Amino acid sequence: MSSEIPEPVPPVSPMPHAPRPKSVGLHKGEPAPGVAKVDPIIVADGITRTFGGLTAVNVEHLEIPRNAITALIGPNGAGKTTLFNLLTGFDKPDTGSWTFDGKSLSNVPAYRVARMGQVRTFQLTKALGLLTVLENMKLGAKGQTGENFFQGLFPALWRKQDKEIEQKALDLLVKFKLDAKKDDFAASLSGGQRKLLEMARALMSDPVLVMLDEPMAGVNPALTQSLLDKILDLKDEGMTVLFVEHDMHMVRHIADWVIVMAEGQVVAEGPPLEVMQNPAVIDAYLGAHQEIDLGELTGRYTPEGKN
Amino acid sequence: MDLAQILSNSVAFIIAPATIAYALAAIGLSVQFGYAGLLNMGIAAYMAIGAYGYAISVLTFGFPWWGGVLVGIVGSVIFSLILGIPTLRLRGDYLAIVTIAAAEVLRLLFLTATFDSVTGSADGLSGYHNSFRAANPFPEGTYGFGPWEMSANGAWVTTIGVLLVAVSLLVVWALMRSPWGRVLKGIREDEDAVRALGKNVFSFKLQALVLGGVFGALGGVVYALPSSVNPGSYVTSLTFFVYTALLLGGAATVFGPVLGSILFWVLQTFLGNILPGLASIGVLPVSSSQASTLRFILVGVALMLIVIFRPQGILGNKKELTFVK
Amino acid sequence: MSATGFTATRLRPTLLVIFGGLLVLAALFGSAPAAHADEVGIEDNPYRVSGNVQYNGDPLEGVKLTVEGGGYDAEVETDAEGKWRVGVPEKSEYKVTLDESTLPDGVAVVGDTSNVQTVTVGPGGRVTTNFFIGKGERNVTPFFDQVVQRLVSGLNFGLMLGLAAVGLSLVFGTTGLSNFAHAEMVTFGALVAWFLGAALSVPIFIAIPLAILLSALFGLGMDVGIWRPLRRKGLGTVQLMIVSIGLSLALRYVFQFFIGGGTLQLPGSNSPEIPLFGAVKLTVIDIVSMGISIVVIAAFAFWLLFTRIGKATRAISDNPSLAAASGINVDRVVRIVWIMAAGLAGLAGVLYAYYRPGLKWDMGAQILLLVFAAVTLGGLGTAFGALVGALVVGILVEISSLWIPADLKYVGALVVLILILLLRPQGILGRRERIG
Ligand SMILES: Nc1ncnc2c1ncn2[C@@H]1O[C@H](COP(=O)(O)OP(=O)(O)OP(=O)(O)O)[C@@H](O)[C@H]1O
Ligand SMILES: [Mg+2]
Repeated sequence: MSSEIPEPVPPVSPMPHAPRPKSVGLHKGEPAPGVAKVDPIIVADGITRTFGGLTAVNVEHLEIPRNAITALIGPNGAGKTTLFNLLTGFDKPDTGSWTFDGKSLSNVPAYRVARMGQVRTFQLTKALGLLTVLENMKLGAKGQTGENFFQGLFPALWRKQDKEIEQKALDLLVKFKLDAKKDDFAASLSGGQRKLLEMARALMSDPVLVMLDEPMAGVNPALTQSLLDKILDLKDEGMTVLFVEHDMHMVRHIADWVIVMAEGQVVAEGPPLEVMQNPAVIDAYLGAHQEIDLGELTGRYTPEGKN
Repeated sequence: MDLAQILSNSVAFIIAPATIAYALAAIGLSVQFGYAGLLNMGIAAYMAIGAYGYAISVLTFGFPWWGGVLVGIVGSVIFSLILGIPTLRLRGDYLAIVTIAAAEVLRLLFLTATFDSVTGSADGLSGYHNSFRAANPFPEGTYGFGPWEMSANGAWVTTIGVLLVAVSLLVVWALMRSPWGRVLKGIREDEDAVRALGKNVFSFKLQALVLGGVFGALGGVVYALPSSVNPGSYVTSLTFFVYTALLLGGAATVFGPVLGSILFWVLQTFLGNILPGLASIGVLPVSSSQASTLRFILVGVALMLIVIFRPQGILGNKKELTFVK
Repeated sequence: MSATGFTATRLRPTLLVIFGGLLVLAALFGSAPAAHADEVGIEDNPYRVSGNVQYNGDPLEGVKLTVEGGGYDAEVETDAEGKWRVGVPEKSEYKVTLDESTLPDGVAVVGDTSNVQTVTVGPGGRVTTNFFIGKGERNVTPFFDQVVQRLVSGLNFGLMLGLAAVGLSLVFGTTGLSNFAHAEMVTFGALVAWFLGAALSVPIFIAIPLAILLSALFGLGMDVGIWRPLRRKGLGTVQLMIVSIGLSLALRYVFQFFIGGGTLQLPGSNSPEIPLFGAVKLTVIDIVSMGISIVVIAAFAFWLLFTRIGKATRAISDNPSLAAASGINVDRVVRIVWIMAAGLAGLAGVLYAYYRPGLKWDMGAQILLLVFAAVTLGGLGTAFGALVGALVVGILVEISSLWIPADLKYVGALVVLILILLLRPQGILGRRERIG
């Protein structure tokens, strides 16, 4: 009778460990490399980048779905970081064009890309060592009056805004468990802490699309858990996330969509579970024995007992 | 050898025009190198632009003294733009080589006989003091006390110099605690990271280069104010000496450049007097010209030791190394 | 938030226009009737070379002369009385060239004298030289001969720069250090050769090899005593560069401490000139010097290409961490590189002392930027590139002085250095480096 009325959308779960629904129905038609998306945020066409004789990236067509979490996976040297560099204006492609939110990004310098709301982190962290953790965070905020040379001279013009930024930074630091370190030089942080700082700093600018290059590398398991929840929160707040990761558990856990690269090309894409069944992906990247313990694989011990 | 006289000569340099000129140039370098990480090896050229800009516009174009100062400033801004717009994208050590080469080109252009009527070539320029001295509010007489006693003209030069230093320090101090300064320090640490946060790194670097260059040019003006412009002054060694003063005081500190310049000049004067003195009374077994060379050897050694053992300088924070890795 | 909204790509053409415009301006400015400069460098320099240019007892105004020697040069014009005066830094030999194109038509330097005279500033500190001017066609050196003469000098100078440049480049390639003290390694070679050859009267053909040997040891000493410990300490490249600046200053003044501020001559520095063809002349020393450079450079190239250490050196320049990982003993190779670099620099110093002629405490510093120019031109860190770069710089410096005033001859090379760094930082032969 009232079957016409759609089911109410379940409220966003406040509980960290309750399973959260994946976004589905992102694509149009069969999932295949370059498949069109219902609502793409990035559309790239014919992007190539060569280094000498080596073709690091060669992507014919690629769309990144909006307000979803997309994982970019692939073997070492597949061109994932290079693609990140190209999309964010840190490197220039030999050919190709791409749009972000419908606006062309070809030849747009990196800082403009970031200002448009497409913010990235780096695989090799770039903490600003001789700035304190808090200063690192405050640097991330956009539209600061005091960053103008002349206005910077007069604290009255920027003090208030700076206070707000500081509050926001402190809140984020608490979330990322870095609040105790806020007055330390970033140089004194550990590798994992730097990853966290870099991610938190990127969030200071209220991005639309967050691009994370191996965000979990070097972060301890307990913190990984809570970081994954942070990333899911980002989606709930309306952001889009694109991340590179080698940890398949994580990919399976949070990604709504997976794109697989190998030798510069997109070789497969689709929802995580399907992609991971794809024989080509297993061949090129995952390996046939991903469910088997590494110890068994190398013969260090048998499934029955460790020796 | 009159020790009291030597000491008095030395401490006189606490506020000598040369010290003030170095301090201004070093403040400029602190903005460029200390805070923004730009390896400008051409600060001598900025000083030359200030000095020649001032002297030429007074002598050749009949400008009043303050007009000459303005010309020096504008000249330095133009130089920064010409130099900075293409080079600020280069790696740090490339920037160093470009700036040092550009400084040398400029020096040779000031030195060549080709433009003698304007630049005075090897003789340099002098006799541009009328306008400045006419504006001197101090009536004839002596001012100051003890080692710091000076003529009315000296007092006028010193007053202008100290005022310039004070204003420069105020500007640097205000800027470096503002978000502008935060971006600059971020760029020094890793410009890609700052770029990824949406800051126009190039523009900030250019602003830092221009600002520091203006201080450098003002330093050049003060260098020229008391007597003459001598092309032999603006050599590469001048740049190195200003770096020594800067690193001694602390490159990424507000007062470091001033402290460093004072120490540099007081020590230089002291050694320049005491060493030949010691040689002449036979304490040092060297000739007196050898004895005065010794102090320059010491400058070089000091520069090495500072960079190796205390790169943050006297006033710098222990943890703050201020060097681009 | 930043004040300028320019982007990288939009600025470059603008800049080139500005830069080009400035050069044009400078050229215009330069050709304008300048300089009533009958006295040049009088205040700065203690000694004087002077003269009086007259034709039939009438003074000639506006005649240009150049005074060159010991790495110093100055240009001067006669005043209304035909007089000129140039201050020179040292009591030594200077070459005075009268620019015949600035004489009135139909008048030239006649008699046995040519338009080039060599004068020696003696104990009095003053010397006068006069040219015999009479009716006659100018005894012009054909332009072609001038070009050839300059080309040959340029080649000589370039080879000498090359010896210094390959060392600087190797050190940069293997350690990342832009070594400003390389200049002092050049001076060191000349100084030791002088000390042995002139002060201790060791025969010069023994003194020079010994000087090179001692230079090489000096390089070893610097690596062991300074650079290796600093590398261990983990100093950054910028820090290392500033240390090298300090070392350069210190060494330079140490040299001055021992030999004073004047110019010293190596034995045999005034060798006879051999006319080759036309007006082209070379001294015996020039010829020997070029021969030595070529042989040494060939040997060096062989070493770099075919010996194990040479190959390792190139591997390290290519990718230090990879080389280390593949079992190359980086420290050992770097030490050998320092020895080679210092030995070559020492030889360059000896040859430069003959070329200038004369050795001086800051002679290395005078050509340091040219050496840097050579290294950059060829592509930082590639030894063969540095060699090509050095030849280009040497020839450019000499050839360009056919058109631009002698006291601006280094400007051309430095402007090229700047432009290369701006437009093609990887140099002529270098590869584009890995970004990020
Ligand atoms: N600047 C460069 N110069 C030369 N080759 C490069 C450069 N940057 C990347 N490459 C090459 O391009 C290929 C792709 O590199 P990229 O860093 O994009 O790989 P990736 O997929 O991020 O790998 P990983 O998972 O190990 O991070 C590699 O073969 C790499 O060697
Ligand atoms: Mg990567």
